[in-house]
Amino acid sequence: MQKPIILTAAAAFAMATPAIAETPVLTVLTYDSFTSEWGPGPAVEAAFEETCGCDLQFVGAGDGAALLARLQLEGPSTEADIVLGLDTNLTAAARETGLFASHGITADLDLPVSWDDAEFLPFDWGYFAFVGNKGAEPPTSFRALADSDIKIVIQDPRSSTPGLGLLMWVQNAYGDEAPAIWADLADNIVTVTPGWTEAYGLFLEGEADAVLSYTTSPAYHLIAEEDDSKVAWPFDEGHYLQVEVAGKVAGTDQPELADKFLAFMVSDAFQSIIPTTNWMYPAVTPQDGLPTGFETLITPAKSLLFSADDALATRATALDAWRTALSQ
Amino acid sequence: MAHSPVAINPRWPGGIVAGLVLALTLGTLCAVALRAEFQTVLGAADWAAIRFTVSQAFVSAAMSCLLAIPVSRALARRQFKGRGALITLLGAPFLLPVIVAVLGLVMVFGRNGIFNDVLGFLGMPEISIYGFHGVVLAHVFFNMPLVTRLILQGWLAVPSERFRLAASLNAPIGRLIEWPMLRNILPSAFLVVFLICLMSFAVALTLGGGPKATTVELAIYQALRFDFDLGRAALLALVQFGICAVAATIAWGITSPEVSGAGFDRAVQRWDGGVKRDVLAISLAALFLILPLGMIVLRGSSALLSLQPDIWQAALRSVIVALCSSALCTVMALALALRAGRLVAVAGVLPLAASSLVLGTGLFLIVYPYISPAKLALPMTMLVNAVLALPFVLRAIAPAVTKIESDFGRLGASLAMSKGTWLWRIVLPRLRGPIGFGAGIAAALSMGDLGVIALFAGDAQETLPLAMYRLMGAYKMEAASGAALLLLIMSFTLFWICDRGGRVNADL
Repeated sequence: MQKPIILTAAAAFAMATPAIAETPVLTVLTYDSFTSEWGPGPAVEAAFEETCGCDLQFVGAGDGAALLARLQLEGPSTEADIVLGLDTNLTAAARETGLFASHGITADLDLPVSWDDAEFLPFDWGYFAFVGNKGAEPPTSFRALADSDIKIVIQDPRSSTPGLGLLMWVQNAYGDEAPAIWADLADNIVTVTPGWTEAYGLFLEGEADAVLSYTTSPAYHLIAEEDDSKVAWPFDEGHYLQVEVAGKVAGTDQPELADKFLAFMVSDAFQSIIPTTNWMYPAVTPQDGLPTGFETLITPAKSLLFSADDALATRATALDAWRTALSQ
Repeated sequence: MAHSPVAINPRWPGGIVAGLVLALTLGTLCAVALRAEFQTVLGAADWAAIRFTVSQAFVSAAMSCLLAIPVSRALARRQFKGRGALITLLGAPFLLPVIVAVLGLVMVFGRNGIFNDVLGFLGMPEISIYGFHGVVLAHVFFNMPLVTRLILQGWLAVPSERFRLAASLNAPIGRLIEWPMLRNILPSAFLVVFLICLMSFAVALTLGGGPKATTVELAIYQALRFDFDLGRAALLALVQFGICAVAATIAWGITSPEVSGAGFDRAVQRWDGGVKRDVLAISLAALFLILPLGMIVLRGSSALLSLQPDIWQAALRSVIVALCSSALCTVMALALALRAGRLVAVAGVLPLAASSLVLGTGLFLIVYPYISPAKLALPMTMLVNAVLALPFVLRAIAPAVTKIESDFGRLGASLAMSKGTWLWRIVLPRLRGPIGFGAGIAAALSMGDLGVIALFAGDAQETLPLAMYRLMGAYKMEAASGAALLLLIMSFTLFWICDRGGRVNADL
């Protein structure tokens, strides 16, 4: 029964190819929420196609981790020209695949840390933070949180990029004491969800006092919903960064278009779309500044970030400690 | 006996379907294994995951079956207004996307839910849904209604003459009629639920409360996504098949063939049993089902009418996929049911034991060298959904086919009916009910599925569950609850139309 369907699809594909071949196609492999209707994808596509004389096509693949796995499944024969949406927890593994070429772009980035990476170019960034409701007295550190009765919901570092970010945050801030912090946090954790979506949903249902998200999350509620009841909690240890990057696939058949896209990515046209669609900080602050509402967000005094290699090297041991501490 | 009744049934279509199922389950596993470099062995954490997975699946399946017995018995014995609607409603939890059902349950049993509000009002301590019991609760919510439907079909398939005879002889109905029927149906229902829970991932983790509640499927996810360790993923998927094989062997060993007795093909009228007990069973089950569903409806109704046109398009796409995959699945299940035998029994269980992550990845690896997977997203989704729904539809149809063969096979053989006449005049008319129920389940399951489409989907092929998930990912929880309600309504309507269509003129 399935054969006719596949054959029809194959025939449709064969007929469609010549029509597309007239304008060059740039394929960007990215995570799902980037390409969704409410993400930056549609606006970015429109803006880039105005000038590139090309067809920009996004291919969505789950989250950041799924993105890298997808690229590894496809291997050197991948159709992707650009991979957009990895973070620093994944770049070391991505580099090891040998599938990426250097981007060759020098941009004046507005990151809280210095950035020097030949293959991966940031397009946005954010601080991980616990987001809770206004009114209650927020804890000011992991230690204070662990000593309180406050209930939080977090994501699993084995299946979620924010979850992995939290793991790295505690590891970076506490080093050898990280397992002890996790053990003390255990009774504050209502549950551990597979992804950000479930956790944030549970928080909004009132299942927890706070959820692991980003310092920029309250901006969504403020700007899109005119709701100022959500706040991010500043922690004295500093906040771990998520820097989201893109890279050029070495085997691309559109090297010039790919370079053009990366240059476009750090330009105003792209960067001004980011804050209110991806709800992250743009890698290069647009000329008109950040949208109104972003000035209300907390700005951590200290930024924490492992280098890509350190992140990869620490992950396995940190994960073991996390699992042991929370499985008691 | 010149002909055994089964010889009338065509056998080759079932063979083809069985082959297809093997290719999609074990074949995709092989595709993943072939790409893998085997360098890891299972560690202590993996064994812990296996232990947790098996124990929660066992308890969930046992609870689902135990609770389904009184409910289905009550439904089989009592006639009341709204009984038909309640029976249809039994299909609902099973069809919901996991995240929707979990949020619905949390609104009732969560820290901030109705149940704790009532407890607080009564001055009783708060209960927590998170932990082993929460996982079991959610799995019972999903599966108890399904088991109820499966047993109910068995109960109603008992010819009314037998109940009448038993009653007139004052014979023990439980031991003579009901127990043999349950022994025939329960092991296979238990097996189905056990395998569904074995594959649980989001439910177990979200309600499990922490990494203690790690299932094998989560370990597979981690291996495929974060570590890109195909060997480990393949190994873990093999473990799942192993557990499935052991469970299936035990279940089939316990199953005893039903004591057959042909009747006049009429519905049951019963006059035994305690009314109070039945009313209690039905009320509790209805409350347990309706409360979480009601919360989903309440939450989504304000956002439903303001949904973007894109969501409606995604909904239409989902309906088309669901209808195609349901038709495909029903034909496949019928082919398998008519063939019967060990191979078919295996093919009817294998899809349940297949990790959908490994299946999707394997399919991706097989397809990718030839054609861009995004171009095949919808046909692939149809096919995979059809195969994944096969065990349920087969379970609805197969017992009825067996019964028709034993009841009417001699008649067919004595009249020297051709295969066509046998199928069209005898088998299909009597299968209307099970086929309608099965097609409804397949359609609704496909409607709510987020499995393969997430791995294959390109830009323009968004289905409703994917759109809903994307809305949530973009902080738009309000719109997402509207989309969830739309999904609930549409899955349910599809199920209702198919199920009703099969039950026209029937007493079920």
